[in-house]
Amino acid sequence: MNYELMIETFPKLLVGLNITIQLVSISLFVGFCFAIGLALLRLSNNLFLNFFAKTYVFYFRGTPLLVQIFLIYYGIAQFEFIRESFVWSFFKEPYWCAILALTLNTCAYSSEIIRGGIQSVSFGQIESAKSTGMSGFLLYRRIILPIAFRQALPAYGNEMILMVKATSLVSTITIMDITGIARLIIAKTFSPVEIFIVAGLIYLTINFIVTRLVNFCEIKLTPYLRRAN
Amino acid sequence: MDLELLVLGDEGWGDEMLRAALVTLMVSLTAMGIGLFISIFGTLSKLSNKFYVRLIADVYTTIVRGIPELLVIYLLFFGGSNAVMSVAKLFGYHGYIELNAFVIGAIAIGAISGAYSTEVIRGAFLAVPRGQIDAAKSVGMNKFVIFARILIPQVLRYALPGLGNVWQLTLKDTALIMVTGLVEIMRQAHIASGSTYSPFTFYITAALLYLILTTASNTIFNSAENWANKGVRRA
Repeated sequence: MNYELMIETFPKLLVGLNITIQLVSISLFVGFCFAIGLALLRLSNNLFLNFFAKTYVFYFRGTPLLVQIFLIYYGIAQFEFIRESFVWSFFKEPYWCAILALTLNTCAYSSEIIRGGIQSVSFGQIESAKSTGMSGFLLYRRIILPIAFRQALPAYGNEMILMVKATSLVSTITIMDITGIARLIIAKTFSPVEIFIVAGLIYLTINFIVTRLVNFCEIKLTPYLRRAN
Repeated sequence: MDLELLVLGDEGWGDEMLRAALVTLMVSLTAMGIGLFISIFGTLSKLSNKFYVRLIADVYTTIVRGIPELLVIYLLFFGGSNAVMSVAKLFGYHGYIELNAFVIGAIAIGAISGAYSTEVIRGAFLAVPRGQIDAAKSVGMNKFVIFARILIPQVLRYALPGLGNVWQLTLKDTALIMVTGLVEIMRQAHIASGSTYSPFTFYITAALLYLILTTASNTIFNSAENWANKGVRRA
């Protein structure tokens, strides 16, 4: 084991941390906002909206993320009318393509998690809210969504970890995140084990922090379940 | 979009794409098999009384589930041949050994799939009520009979939905081994789009092939679950 190389590699890989965190946070935030809408579409009685949401989730959960990334980054360029229009300045940048693919992907998975949360809200709660005169947006904002989020939090924590891992795929479209830099250094030095350990430790640390944060939120959001001490 | 690119035969890429789908299926099946094999030992270690045995299994599942799949593949892709060569050196062989991309891919995805399967099967084991094992002991069954008659049928039933999820993950993870050069769906789509300048056509075909594979295996797992739950009474 070459410890010198490991210590030397560490700061180089940390440069990629910036990109990884940007990709994770932007796509999780935007994806989550759209996921609420998608979950509501999926639960709506309108057949057309329901079908749209179903197909969207079916496609994004049934295909590998790598296909989705390639389809957006390489695939879109096949159409000349896009290359000549103003949106091309968006699609020619691997960074924005990666964010778009990751957002669309996490949106599909999160919407299913949120849907499960919304469906777990007991009917009695909704009934009593309605009996006090709440309806529509107010009912969702005050009763259904808060309870649903609390229910969905553990599953959403898993999704966050999956997203941290998923960002490594952007290295295949020339973005230099942690994995991209690690690959470059492995190809140069040919010591895969050392680089793997250093890069792996960085990812494990991120995921450890994420799980701690999710745990903290869970405790904060369920004060009534806490044991007296 | 030019669908003529996808005809079967020498003019189109249709048959190549289908053959690549077969490779994807083979890698996934091999990886799932390796994963299930690992998960037997993983489960036994996780349920063992010995601290160090448990620790090893815990470290394995935590690391593999917390690190991007791509890194695991790079480790085996770049490090696999070296590891095999250094073992061969111990036996006096000094030549260059290159591992087959299929083998590396299947082992890498298998190691990932094994970590997830371990957790699923461990959960299923713990879901079997302890009272049943006591009851089996009291009627005089020995360890092996308890395992074969009481544990296996129930563990299989509890584990099937989880294993279905692991299979879907495994199937989709095989897309990543295109980086090792194995010609599965993604690599084939990459090659074809490179030589025809129609990336959208080929990647959307790849997406469709994956959708067919995931939907078909979903159906199979659903009927397997029905079969395993035949004897369960429902309210």
